[in-house]
Amino acid sequence: MKTRIALALAAALFAATALAQPKEQFIPMLSYRVGPYAAGGTGFFGGYIDYLDLLNRRDGGIGGVKLTWQECETEYKNDRGVECYERLKKSGPSGATVFAPLSTGITYSLIERATADKIPVISMGYGRADASDGRVFPYVFPLVTNYWSQNTAKIKFIGTKEGGMDKLAGKKIVNLYHGSAYGKETIPILDAQARKYGFTVTHIEVPHPGNEQQSQWLQIRSIKPDWVILRGWGVMNPTALKAAQKVGYRTERIVGVWWSGAEEDVLPAGEAAKGYIAAAFHPSGTEFPVVQEILKHVYAAGKRGNMEDKGRIGQQYFNRGVIQGILTAEAIRTAQAKFGKRSLSGEEMRWGIENLKIDEKRLQELGALNLMQPMKVSCFDHEGGGAVKFQQWDGKQWKVISDWITSDQSIVRPEIERSAAQYAAEKKLALRDCGKT
Amino acid sequence: MDLNFFLEVLIGGLLAGIMYSLVAIGFVLIYKASGVFNFAQGAMVFFAALTYVSLTERGWPFWLALAAVLALMIVLGFAIERVVLRPLVNQPQITLFMVTIGLAYFLEGVAQGVWGAQVHALEIGIQDKPFSVAGISVSQFDLFASGTAALLVLVLGVFFQKTKTGRALRAVADDHQAALSVGIQLRYVWAVVWAAAGFVALVAGLLWGARTGVQFALTFTALKALPVLILGGFESILGAIVGGLIIGATEKLAEVYIGSSIGLNIGTGIENWFPYMLALAFLLVRPEGLFGEKRIERI
Amino acid sequence: MFYRLAGQFKSSYAADQQIFPIRQDRIFVIGVMVCAFLVVPVVANDYWLGAILIPFLILGLAALGLNILTGYTGQLSLGTAGFMAVGAFAAFNFILRVPGMPFLLALFLAGVTAALIGVLFGLPSVRIKGFYLAVATLAAQFFIEWVLTKYGWFSNYNPSGVITAQAIEIAGYRFDTPVSKYLLTLGIVAALALAAKNMARTQTGRYWMAVRDMDLAAEVTGIDIVRTKLVAFAVSSFYCGVAGALWAYAYLGAVEPQAFTLDRSFQVLFMIIIGGVGTVLGAFLGAAFIVLLPIALNVAAHALFPGVSTDLTSNLELVLFGALIVFFLAVEPHGLARLWQIGKEKLRLWPFPH
Repeated sequence: MKTRIALALAAALFAATALAQPKEQFIPMLSYRVGPYAAGGTGFFGGYIDYLDLLNRRDGGIGGVKLTWQECETEYKNDRGVECYERLKKSGPSGATVFAPLSTGITYSLIERATADKIPVISMGYGRADASDGRVFPYVFPLVTNYWSQNTAKIKFIGTKEGGMDKLAGKKIVNLYHGSAYGKETIPILDAQARKYGFTVTHIEVPHPGNEQQSQWLQIRSIKPDWVILRGWGVMNPTALKAAQKVGYRTERIVGVWWSGAEEDVLPAGEAAKGYIAAAFHPSGTEFPVVQEILKHVYAAGKRGNMEDKGRIGQQYFNRGVIQGILTAEAIRTAQAKFGKRSLSGEEMRWGIENLKIDEKRLQELGALNLMQPMKVSCFDHEGGGAVKFQQWDGKQWKVISDWITSDQSIVRPEIERSAAQYAAEKKLALRDCGKT
Repeated sequence: MDLNFFLEVLIGGLLAGIMYSLVAIGFVLIYKASGVFNFAQGAMVFFAALTYVSLTERGWPFWLALAAVLALMIVLGFAIERVVLRPLVNQPQITLFMVTIGLAYFLEGVAQGVWGAQVHALEIGIQDKPFSVAGISVSQFDLFASGTAALLVLVLGVFFQKTKTGRALRAVADDHQAALSVGIQLRYVWAVVWAAAGFVALVAGLLWGARTGVQFALTFTALKALPVLILGGFESILGAIVGGLIIGATEKLAEVYIGSSIGLNIGTGIENWFPYMLALAFLLVRPEGLFGEKRIERI
Repeated sequence: MFYRLAGQFKSSYAADQQIFPIRQDRIFVIGVMVCAFLVVPVVANDYWLGAILIPFLILGLAALGLNILTGYTGQLSLGTAGFMAVGAFAAFNFILRVPGMPFLLALFLAGVTAALIGVLFGLPSVRIKGFYLAVATLAAQFFIEWVLTKYGWFSNYNPSGVITAQAIEIAGYRFDTPVSKYLLTLGIVAALALAAKNMARTQTGRYWMAVRDMDLAAEVTGIDIVRTKLVAFAVSSFYCGVAGALWAYAYLGAVEPQAFTLDRSFQVLFMIIIGGVGTVLGAFLGAAFIVLLPIALNVAAHALFPGVSTDLTSNLELVLFGALIVFFLAVEPHGLARLWQIGKEKLRLWPFPH
């Protein structure tokens, strides 16, 4: 009799635990917190984790599903990134949800694996620009904006500063780029625009890591360009600004990409950075309601968030991480609406990202109006946004000096499709039919 | 060809070369006295600069932070000699070199672990606005750096020639056995040498940090010092200066006149390998460098 | 008890000259091979195969290459990663531009290309020795990095300079699962390791070691030093080139210069120093150590202190790494291979004291 009761109890318990699947969504964090780019990594992943933490604490997760995460240090190295990917891809009740490595190199290394493993990769603002063509890269999403779109927006901005796109003809622009894969990405698109608008562009490389730029800036001085586009990374950025000061080039004529437009890039340059303009797909600042919510729920009353230095909350990298969190969360929500409020698999998450739509009303609800632009992702267009703002450094903080400037897709899209088609041909892939998804 | 521009590139290069020499002097000090090629010099530069800037950011006054970091580098020098070098006294040069690479990793990890990985600006009060000399634009900061380097060489020169410890150092550099037989404590001398290298690293760290900001990339300055040492010889401080001048000047001139579109346009970014190729060519002609000691091998 | 040599007589020259003359050694090695080829693919999961074993094998191969140059011939080289890069890009271009090029042939040609470049940059070794030669090889490293990124032809004019490696196809069979890639890598590495072990026993190998020990004396005895050194550079670069091509094809799936920077050269040098210069086993022991240590540290740190921040663990990694290198070099400068040898000697006597 006793044994029967015991057996029944055990069976019931077993059944109960079997039915009670943990409702968790695991998000792997391929972060880097050491090495030359650690400043960016600590800020970005701090913001990302803090936003997910906010959702857990304030809302109990998304649709009742708690978010879990684990960090794995990649040190910005590709092989470490691959190792972290392989280690974490099966963690969690339904496997890893989505990867966001914050590194172009690691993104490249993960594309094939992630596609084979059916886990999406979000390369927000970096990675392969041609992955915007979702027909060839179903699992890779360069959300918000890719390098080429940003570049055309930059030329548009310069055009407005000159008084119109037609005034660009005959002007001289120097493209000072970091000697790496990331740095060279925009050379063809600049050449294409130079042909279209009639300006001359000179490409000058700064060898990695970029802490010596004297000869490059002396060259720039002898060329006397109207504008200098700074496509730097890490130590190259403040060195460039200081070197510009050394040769007497006006800082207000230097326009940087968004990976050269964080506080960490300008603070070491001190006085030399005043007046420098940088592109941004989001502004800095703690006044946005979503950042205020993070401060309230995650950091207040002695609780600890992910950022060690609370002064960095609201700065560029932190806000970028928050946006990454928003995109991830909204994609999960979109997928949950279709597949149910449970742990989602990588494939389902992919569908969620591909059908992500965030309009202004939703941005208002999220508390991110003016922080990020409205998004509309589709199978055809994995970018979803494509607009950029410009901000200027006044010595203490970034001040936004323009409205959203959209990219020129008439130049960008053909390049993307051409490059994606080349990749498809190399890999013998068939183009996905976006009609049926 | 614009003579003014050429002179600017040349002078800029010479001054940049002085910055390389600052790091190279640290190498020379250690190599001269103990035959160890200290790859960790770059990490020491980083460590010193980071500690200094972190202390000043926490409100320490400039002179106190400087004194503290100096003391720390001296202690570090003694510690390195005791913990790392003493067990490895008779090992081949390659082993000692590998040990210093391990030391470099160690210092980098400790520096970043203790002070964090953010970038810091380092202000030493010199604005980097250029001023004109006879139509040529020269950087104030670089001139100040050269002045400091000259002062450093002077101080080291006085130290080596006029003080007892300095003479002991020279004796050890010349011949370990003979120095021992005269009663010079080798271990003490090595500790002093490492401490002196630490001091040089501090000076180099402050100047480089002011130039480019204090961040992890400072450790790469060690790599640039290698061609300087090849040219100048591993054992000569004067060689480090001269080598630095040559490397700095040729590097910049090559970048502009061979690499860029102003010149032959074979491709920009040749700064990375040009000094090494130059050093290589130099080695084929004069293996011990301009001021180095000739090595005679016997069977 | 297990490792007694008693009763093992050799009755032919061939038997006397085998690589593993002791029967227990032979059994052990065959056991390891059987395990590696048959048991591991079945037992190990994707993570172990794809993220640990494959890079271990490839880096072991590169370490083997460097070992031939630095360990056997005494020529210190810091350009290993440069030669690996040459191999990777060469393999890519051969497969891209020659229609129907079989993968193994491309691999071989990539190695040959790397060997030729190696000979070119090895020419200074005729005049330069020791530490200065290391600087010369640094010139090779930086120059190769620059050439491969500067001239778009090498990366098929890809705008970012990163090229995705083509799929590996041998005799119609596609190697695209971790298991198949692992077996392919294992086969190639095993074959090349056997070749290296044998090379060390030939006249060429003995010439290398003579040059390492005292090159002046070697020259006096009539050995052609120039030829010996250049052959060493060639063979070493061949191995590094094949390793680089495998790194791109069998591991990362992308060919890019960032994978072959100075850091990588130092990493391979660490491997042979810690593993033991001058031994084939040492190359692999060192590779295992260097590949596994960061991962082990990472996993251990997370297991023991779940909430710890990753930058602390990463910095701890750097600190521990540096400390271990110093420790190893102080305690056992001949590396892990020597420890292995001492272990075998002790095992020979066990359980008896003498």
